[in-house]
Amino acid sequence: MGALLDIDRLAVALPGPRGPLPILHDVSLTVGEGELVGIAGESGCGKSMTAQTVLGLLPPGAKTTGSARFDGRELLTLDRKGWQRVRGRGIAMVFQDPTAALHPMLTVGTQLTEHMRIHLGMNRKAAQRRAVDLLDQVRLPDPERALRAYPHQFSGGMRQRVAIAGALAAQPRLLIADEPTTALDVTVQAGILALLDRLRRDTGLAVAFITHDLGVLSALTARSYVFYAGRVVEAGPTGALLTGPRHPYTAALLGARPHGGQTGVALTPIPGSPPAPGELPPGCAFSTRCAHVRDECRTAVPPLHPAGPDRTSACVIRTELEVAA
Amino acid sequence: MTTRTTDNPGAATTAAPGPRPRLSHRHPMLAYLAKRLVITAGLLLGVTVLTFGLVQVVPGDPVTANLSDQALNDPAAVAAFRAKWGLDQPVYLQYWHYLQHLLSGDLGTSQQTGRAVVEDLLHYVPATMELAIPTMLLALLLGTGIGMLAAVRNGRLTDQLIRVGALLGLSTPPFWLSLVVLYLFFYQLGLSPSGGRLSPGFTPPDTVTGMYTVDAALSGQWELAWDAAQHLVLPVLVLTCLTVAILVRFVRSSMLEVLQHDYIKAAYAKGLPTSLVLRRHLLRAGLVPVITVSGLAFASLLSGTVLVENIFGWPGLGQYAYRSASALDLPAILGASLFVALVYTLVNLAVDLLYGLIDPRIRLQ
Ligand SMILES: Nc1ncnc2c1ncn2[C@@H]1O[C@H](COP(=O)(O)OP(=O)(O)OP(=O)(O)O)[C@@H](O)[C@H]1O
Ligand code: SF4
Ligand SMILES: [Mg+2]
Repeated sequence: MGALLDIDRLAVALPGPRGPLPILHDVSLTVGEGELVGIAGESGCGKSMTAQTVLGLLPPGAKTTGSARFDGRELLTLDRKGWQRVRGRGIAMVFQDPTAALHPMLTVGTQLTEHMRIHLGMNRKAAQRRAVDLLDQVRLPDPERALRAYPHQFSGGMRQRVAIAGALAAQPRLLIADEPTTALDVTVQAGILALLDRLRRDTGLAVAFITHDLGVLSALTARSYVFYAGRVVEAGPTGALLTGPRHPYTAALLGARPHGGQTGVALTPIPGSPPAPGELPPGCAFSTRCAHVRDECRTAVPPLHPAGPDRTSACVIRTELEVAA
Repeated sequence: MTTRTTDNPGAATTAAPGPRPRLSHRHPMLAYLAKRLVITAGLLLGVTVLTFGLVQVVPGDPVTANLSDQALNDPAAVAAFRAKWGLDQPVYLQYWHYLQHLLSGDLGTSQQTGRAVVEDLLHYVPATMELAIPTMLLALLLGTGIGMLAAVRNGRLTDQLIRVGALLGLSTPPFWLSLVVLYLFFYQLGLSPSGGRLSPGFTPPDTVTGMYTVDAALSGQWELAWDAAQHLVLPVLVLTCLTVAILVRFVRSSMLEVLQHDYIKAAYAKGLPTSLVLRRHLLRAGLVPVITVSGLAFASLLSGTVLVENIFGWPGLGQYAYRSASALDLPAILGASLFVALVYTLVNLAVDLLYGLIDPRIRLQ
């Protein structure tokens, strides 16, 4: 009995000018049926790339190893027809940039209903009724009128809600939400999170929630994964992870967290920036920025090891952090 | 792919009433149309000022420049010419006369043919249109299809073959291609006529549009229509090759650009079949930048193609303009220029309207 989504030792390399460029290393991650899981990390650490792998949307020439199973079936070897069945209906995605992910020349109505009609076999009328319903659920004013409008006629926040409605349209079992609340203000953000949670409880929707704001995760998710430089560096129950991080990177992220519910502005930024793919230092990728770095960090990549109940951390000093906490 | 939205987070709250304000414009397309029409009218007026200015700067006496030798020896004709164009009056009145004549369809008399320039144009322009229209339709169809195929197969063998083909098409001189197809299909295979609009023994149909195939079909003369159509094949083939070569490159690069967008990825992510993504999502967005270059290509086809027309003995606008220019037939040159300017202006209008029709961001601005 596996999880709904079961990613196991996934590695992804993209074609680069000087040979394959490794982007993801040894990523293992699960999302259970009806579970809300958080994925956090700084910009460029591979969150979106993981999402795209799971939807088969990697750029041409990308090489993958390991496995990613959805509902027990391997995704990485799917053919085109197989992907068409999984996408939208099995796994749906809210893209990071709602403005870019909506077609500028198609009405909102078309974009909300086209996959419903294919996956759910609905006729036009029924699909439109459902679309109005969904827009209502994401609190978009005047949904009937919105169906006839084009994306550019909405503000960024409204577009994000349209995109979320679109992802939910074909009743997916797993929703991958790639920073779906970045463009939204705090109240709307809370509304979206509440909506996702309600859907999870009512329909058993599983959600992988990608964000760089750890504060959002605490309110929402039971478990979280922290990514750094294409790897999972810490994983565990969100509450425990946030109150007692077992990896210096998680702790640094928490320190950089804005306070008072405001998103977007880091107060104590982590010094330096994450290494680019292909330019990783030997050993722990965080060693160039870590305040606790020691010699053994640079000899080998620390693997994920247990670090408390249901928790793992890829840091050589994880037990010391445990004691200190 | 990973660009974060640049939207101001505050926008979500300020736009709370939703799309209502902008949608309340009842007929945005009509407003857009009206604006374009005014601009077009302004452009056309500018064109008349230019052509009129051309007459002014041509050195020498406008009388000698405009009248044939025969008419010059006739004092009555000279006097009539001076009176008609108000040559003893100030320049702005002359321009006024010129405009009045233009509006009543009087472009003067060609020195070469002795006919009214308008009459000449009514004869030569439809011949050119008969080539330009099927060429453009074919080129659009083929150019879009082939260009899209190349974009979807980016970098693979199909794409490379198409790119080489387009490059060959672009670098082939039209007259050379004309000669090759003539040699092959007329001389070697005997499949097609050598040139002209009709075979000997046929008389042109009654003029409705001036395009023989259309007019013959309208009057039910099917044999005549068939003969006229056969004469179209080779010149249309040559012109289509060249136009397709231009379009393929544009379509390909435009589609490649569109394929990078998240909304194409998002369409695939919804589980839509590839054919639907290509037809509905890619095609629409990818064609927008192609409209302009297609318009230019069409305008250039409508302005006549001297070399191709020459080789196929096609009495089109290109030939007319060429002969008028080499004979310094001023009224004919001005008439042809005016027509070409008109074509470019109207095609430009059509391009703008198409933009508005296809792209709601322009229409609903
Ligand atoms: N098409 C591509 N070719 C090469 N490298 C890429 C490509 N797309 C992304 N990358 C690299 O892959 C890495 C992971 O990118 P990814 O988009 O997954 O980051 P992310 O965690 O989603 O960051 P963000 O918070 O900015 O969205 C980055 O270093 C990025 O530069
Ligand atoms: S392994 Fe070493 S460098 Fe890496 S996070 Fe832990 S202490 Fe820091
Ligand atoms: Mg991302």
